[in-house]
Amino acid sequence: MAWTIYISFAGALLLALLPKGRPALARWLALAVAVAGLALAVQGFVAGMGQGRVTLVDLPWVPSMGIHFLLAADGISRVLVLLTGLAAVAGVLFSWNIELRTNEFFAFFLALIGGVYGVFLSFDLFLLFVFYEIAIVPKYFLIAIWGSTRREYAAMKLALYSFVGSAMVLIGLLAAYATAGSHSTGLVALAHAGLPVSFQMWCFPLVFTGFAILAGMWPFHTWAPTGHVAAPTAASMLLAGVVMKLGAYGCLRVGIWLFPHGLDPWGFSFIGIGSWRDVFAVLAVVGIVYGALVALAQTDFKFVIGYSSVSHMGFVLLGLVTLNQIGVTGAVMQMFSHGIIAGLLFAIVGRIVYDRTHTRQLAELETMHLSRRLPFVAWAFVIAGMASMGLPGFSGFVAELQILVGAWKVAPWWTMAAGVGIVVGVAYTWRALQKAFFSDVRPSAHALEQEHGHELAAITWPEVTGVGLLAGVSLFVGLYPRILLDTIEPAVKALLAGGGQ
Amino acid sequence: MNGIPVLTVLTVLPLVGAAIALVAGKHARAVALITTFVSLALALVVWTELPVDGSIGLVERAAWAPSLGIEYHLGVDGLGALMLVLAAIVTLMSVDAAHRVHHQPGLYFGLVLVLEAGLFGSFTALNFFHWFLFWELSLIPAFFLIKLWGGARRGPAATQFFVYTMAGSAALLVAFLAVFLSTGSMDFPHLTLLASTGELEQMVAAHLGAGVMGWPVMLWLAVGVLAGFSVKVPMIPFHTWLPAAYAEAPSPVTMLLTGAMSKMGVYGLLRIAIPLFGHQIAQIRTPLLVLAVATVVMGAWAAAAQKDLKRVFAYSSVNHLGYCLLAIFALAVPAVGVAAQTSQAAALNGVILQMFNHGITAAALFWFVAMIQERTGGHRGIDDFGGLRKPAPVLAGLMGIALFSSLGLPGLNGFVGEFLIFRGVFSLAWVAATVSLLGLLVTAVVILTVIQKVFSGPTPEHWASFPDLHHGERLALVPVIGLMFLVGLLPQLILDSVNPTVVNLLAHWRF
Amino acid sequence: MNYADLFRVTLPETALEIAALLVLVVDLGFLRKAALKVRVAVAALLGVAGCGAALWTMQFQGSGGLALEGSKDMLLATGGFVQVAQSGILVLTSLTLLLLIDSVFTKHVGEYVAVVLMAAAGGLLIAGAQDLLVIFVGLELLSLGLYILTAFAKSSGKSAEAALKYYLFGGMSAAFLLFGFSYLYGITGSTNLHQIMLTSFFASASGAAPLLYVSLVMVGAGLAFKVAAVPFHLWAPDTYEGAPAPAAAFIASVSKVASFALLISIATAIAHIFSNARTVQFVITVTGPVPKFLGAQVPWSIVLTVFSVASMVLGNLAALAQVSVRRLLAYSAIAHAGYMLLALAFFSHTSSSANAVLYYILTYGLTTIGAFGAVDVIQRATGSDRMDAFLGLHKRNPVLAAVLLVLFLSLAGIPPLVGFWAKFNLFAAVLGVQAGVVPFALVALAVALSAVSLYYYLQVLKRAYVMPAVVDTPIKAHPVTLLVLLLIAAAVVALGCFPALLQGWIESLSPMM
Repeated sequence: MAWTIYISFAGALLLALLPKGRPALARWLALAVAVAGLALAVQGFVAGMGQGRVTLVDLPWVPSMGIHFLLAADGISRVLVLLTGLAAVAGVLFSWNIELRTNEFFAFFLALIGGVYGVFLSFDLFLLFVFYEIAIVPKYFLIAIWGSTRREYAAMKLALYSFVGSAMVLIGLLAAYATAGSHSTGLVALAHAGLPVSFQMWCFPLVFTGFAILAGMWPFHTWAPTGHVAAPTAASMLLAGVVMKLGAYGCLRVGIWLFPHGLDPWGFSFIGIGSWRDVFAVLAVVGIVYGALVALAQTDFKFVIGYSSVSHMGFVLLGLVTLNQIGVTGAVMQMFSHGIIAGLLFAIVGRIVYDRTHTRQLAELETMHLSRRLPFVAWAFVIAGMASMGLPGFSGFVAELQILVGAWKVAPWWTMAAGVGIVVGVAYTWRALQKAFFSDVRPSAHALEQEHGHELAAITWPEVTGVGLLAGVSLFVGLYPRILLDTIEPAVKALLAGGGQ
Repeated sequence: MNGIPVLTVLTVLPLVGAAIALVAGKHARAVALITTFVSLALALVVWTELPVDGSIGLVERAAWAPSLGIEYHLGVDGLGALMLVLAAIVTLMSVDAAHRVHHQPGLYFGLVLVLEAGLFGSFTALNFFHWFLFWELSLIPAFFLIKLWGGARRGPAATQFFVYTMAGSAALLVAFLAVFLSTGSMDFPHLTLLASTGELEQMVAAHLGAGVMGWPVMLWLAVGVLAGFSVKVPMIPFHTWLPAAYAEAPSPVTMLLTGAMSKMGVYGLLRIAIPLFGHQIAQIRTPLLVLAVATVVMGAWAAAAQKDLKRVFAYSSVNHLGYCLLAIFALAVPAVGVAAQTSQAAALNGVILQMFNHGITAAALFWFVAMIQERTGGHRGIDDFGGLRKPAPVLAGLMGIALFSSLGLPGLNGFVGEFLIFRGVFSLAWVAATVSLLGLLVTAVVILTVIQKVFSGPTPEHWASFPDLHHGERLALVPVIGLMFLVGLLPQLILDSVNPTVVNLLAHWRF
Repeated sequence: MNYADLFRVTLPETALEIAALLVLVVDLGFLRKAALKVRVAVAALLGVAGCGAALWTMQFQGSGGLALEGSKDMLLATGGFVQVAQSGILVLTSLTLLLLIDSVFTKHVGEYVAVVLMAAAGGLLIAGAQDLLVIFVGLELLSLGLYILTAFAKSSGKSAEAALKYYLFGGMSAAFLLFGFSYLYGITGSTNLHQIMLTSFFASASGAAPLLYVSLVMVGAGLAFKVAAVPFHLWAPDTYEGAPAPAAAFIASVSKVASFALLISIATAIAHIFSNARTVQFVITVTGPVPKFLGAQVPWSIVLTVFSVASMVLGNLAALAQVSVRRLLAYSAIAHAGYMLLALAFFSHTSSSANAVLYYILTYGLTTIGAFGAVDVIQRATGSDRMDAFLGLHKRNPVLAAVLLVLFLSLAGIPPLVGFWAKFNLFAAVLGVQAGVVPFALVALAVALSAVSLYYYLQVLKRAYVMPAVVDTPIKAHPVTLLVLLLIAAAVVALGCFPALLQGWIESLSPMM
């Protein structure tokens, strides 16, 4: 599975060196690399079923400081690597029509994917941080060069927010390393280092917040809607689908695993908040509800999806701070599920609708009768919307169910607030569905003329394949959640028990 | 059938048919007809394979997600099997009636078949996750069927339908999550067992606390569950979505809505609400009875005030299902003595029979309305017609039979269910029963009015050439009418299989 | 004085001097009629050969250092971090000489190369100096050479202005330095660093503390000028902008290496006051209105910390506003100096801090040379070094753009490039010395400002890669220049991916105490 990282970077390098003016070659090469990565991810997933943490590579890197090039995979890593593989393939498919600087686009894309694979497979904190930072630069260029609305501003904002978040993590990393005696930066070693509770009390919120910025935690989420809207389709699919999960993964793998006592009660309580856990739970819940409410008010289709991502990531964070088996399992499930669903939603809005209609405004889409002119898209969005709403039969239901149950075990009002988020979630998805595809607004004469004037481009095979892949996975996981649960649950159990295997 | 998972096949078959129909284009209806025929045959097979002692048979179990209490657990008893047969018959009728779908027939029949799968799934499910999955699954096709093929005001009607049903589902989900949290189980038979010994209440209280705002948690859960089902049945005051939805939906879809989907609500009450929350329901029995009686009476009164035939029958459906609610709530008392138990059994038998009979009858009625609409270019107001008996005697005759069945004429199927219901309810809650008689009276008036206005009297000029039923339609309708007579005259055909189930159910219910 | 010892210890400097003379002779004697290109090439290659020779002679230096007869006070040290610094100086000098190829800013090529080599010799002296007077001699040798180099582009007004500013500033700071040295001599009666620190410890215990403080501030001012720390940085932006590119590269890299090596010597002397080294803590014991200092360690740490914070903050914030890329590099150099000063303020008695600082300055020097080389190519092709000159670079010269990408991201501290590792190492060293609130806060400040720096580096890269080009003509670079830049970029990537390479070498040389 470590080869997923290597081939992604190799592919990126190869694509960067390709001569310009051969877009078809670039596309197929990128697809080949992405599919190879997916195949490796699936193979790793299947091979790892039933096993605990498997070390893939362990090389001394800077021996004097105890830094190792340590790649390993446990259940959580395997699931997230699988997600990355799927997102990569789907992203390439949905970028099939990029003509401007195609090879550079896919080079940055694959570099980003490689960085993401690296984060999920790193079990050395320094290495994890390196890959985490590597992912920032391709994101900047992907949005700045190939994006749309206000792309340069959005790209810079995203890059800076991510960098600030990772700066916070770096401070925490340095602090933990120094406090643990400067022997090693391995995650297992640091988890067992017995860091003093007072240290954990301030290091945990720092590191958690640093990662949570990338996960779109309220109130540091503002980069997300701007960034998602400005990014080209494949980039927003990756951003919402995978990159935000990097933040959540960091919260879990580094924040919660290394500094478990950071979540302990402070001993005093202020308006019902008595520990960092409460703080982050409140922020997560606010994110859920706020994201949902704001999504309900948007006039731009892509913004609806962008804010819905903030809302869904709030669920992930809520699941993480429940610190019980079912809640954290649900969080990981939601990471996977939302990754797929967000990818699908952005693909539909960005690639399929926007590239054809050149508008994302719901008011304009209302007049276009897309259910008649693009029936495939309308029904694809119905399915994606159902999945996003959390209807049973799709992956989101199981994940949200687990998170709600886990949250209830800690504090019932968390669950109730989150439930509000789900209800509003149904509402905004509904509204977007109605307005964009199934509206009853009678077209004006002018609009009718326009309809006959521009025939909307036909749906291409990469789009069909991409939609099928993502929707199929969500449905499959929804109907047979065990395929992921069996892998996630033991890993979560081990992590919560506070040690390695 | 040993070894073959009949129930799974039954549920999957319409899904396969839907996939084929989606791509079949013009031939979608034929595909749908074949599929529904086969489903009906399978459902009848299931009916014959029922265990004689009324317990749950044809059980299929497989682990699904054990850590979440989710299990693939299917099974049917008399109640479930009867509902399967009903769903199959009504879907067949609906597909048969839909011979004028020009716009995207593949999608239409695909959605209808998915809806049928949803019905089958929820009638055979014995685990909450599975049940809820198919409950929600039936919602989406219904919404789109109304939205895309409906009448002039279909948009708001569909939206209202969706919102109400979703809200109800949310209430159900929350209540069941609470139950799962307390017991770690989502299995209906297991939970019924826990409830029957009183353990469920204790577990809920232990895990979720003593009470909220003065009411025990269990009571809140019961209210939530009841709310969820009340939207579906519907019960006043959650019924307001129904007239618009039934009126704006194309008539074949209305047949499905009234014939089968509304029964999901009543089935849910019988399979989930009463077994798990019987004690709580007994505690709030009186207000529930009031609501049920209101449903009966207001349904009938409202029907009397309608001018649109579809709305007449829509409200009449509310009324008929009100009887089911009446009986269900009436029998929610601890029964001491053989007499009381017999009344309970009678009421429950009546409910089940009424579910079946009303399904058939209401579907038939809407079919007739569809036929009238086709022949008159969209007219379906009561006052639009007159004296149709002359140009269309067969139509008048057959529809008359259906109407009389709806009225509750002895000899036809509508009578048996209502008789048994009243037989039971009079002993258990005679006040409610007495007031509900009003409903019967008003219904009679309504039905007779319809017959009189539509069929009797002088025939206006423009209806003189009103075409009668042609052969295809006669062929399709005669079996249905025949079934009405059959069940009306020989109810034991059904009761013989249902009664053991009733006894079994009542034995496990604790009030 | 044993002249044989002196000769042995100063072999590298001697080699450089010989090379300088050789260059002069060859250029003046044999190449009068040759084309400029040929002269430049020959001179540069001779210079590089001289550096190579100097490197080769370093193995004969021996490890004893040079001391006055009859005393243990060292004048010059060899081996250990001195060797690292000196090797670094020689390598970086060669690179700046290679950048000279294809340059047209002067006709006096031989003189230029000779001055560079002599200045480098001064740098080598500083790196090993352990005595105040030797420090001063080396510093002057280096500085005078740098002033001259800055002014070499005779046809550019900016060059002359920058040189004058540099000279005046430099002269003043040299005066400060000498003044501080004189006080130190006065307090302690010795010009050897170790003796001074030891004696000043006892002297301050008996009341000479305020005077010591003053002298350390003066010395700090003088040295801060050399490394362009705030508030003695005002020469830097003009010099970086006005000097010809190879000269600016030399100033930005070699002189910094030498100066930081000197600072390391001072810090080591302070840290090893007692030979049975105890851990040195940054401790202020406040008893009464005037804190009581013991020795040089506390005031020195305070002085450096103040310079460090000021440099980090001002360097990064001022860089945000720059339009000229050379000035941007100048302010970023100030900021980087600030980071390094932090590690010098919290100096460890093991070699970890020294190694971290050395690693940082060597790799920073390397990256800066590359940056200046790239900027110079663009400046000569487009006529300006403003940000807009970089527009559309990825089309006009993709290799150059890629090199720029690597170098600037390394300066910003993005992994897996060497700049990230250098910063990480540096901050880990600081926290390894002391893990208290103050170091944490300072490291946090440094990291945060590092995040700020990403913004202005991205501004340049944005113009190179994202924004549409105004002019589309390809930019040509001399093959040798391009090769050098590629090598530097490759080194930045390789050293970043395998930090153990350079780190291991440094550690193998520096003494473990």
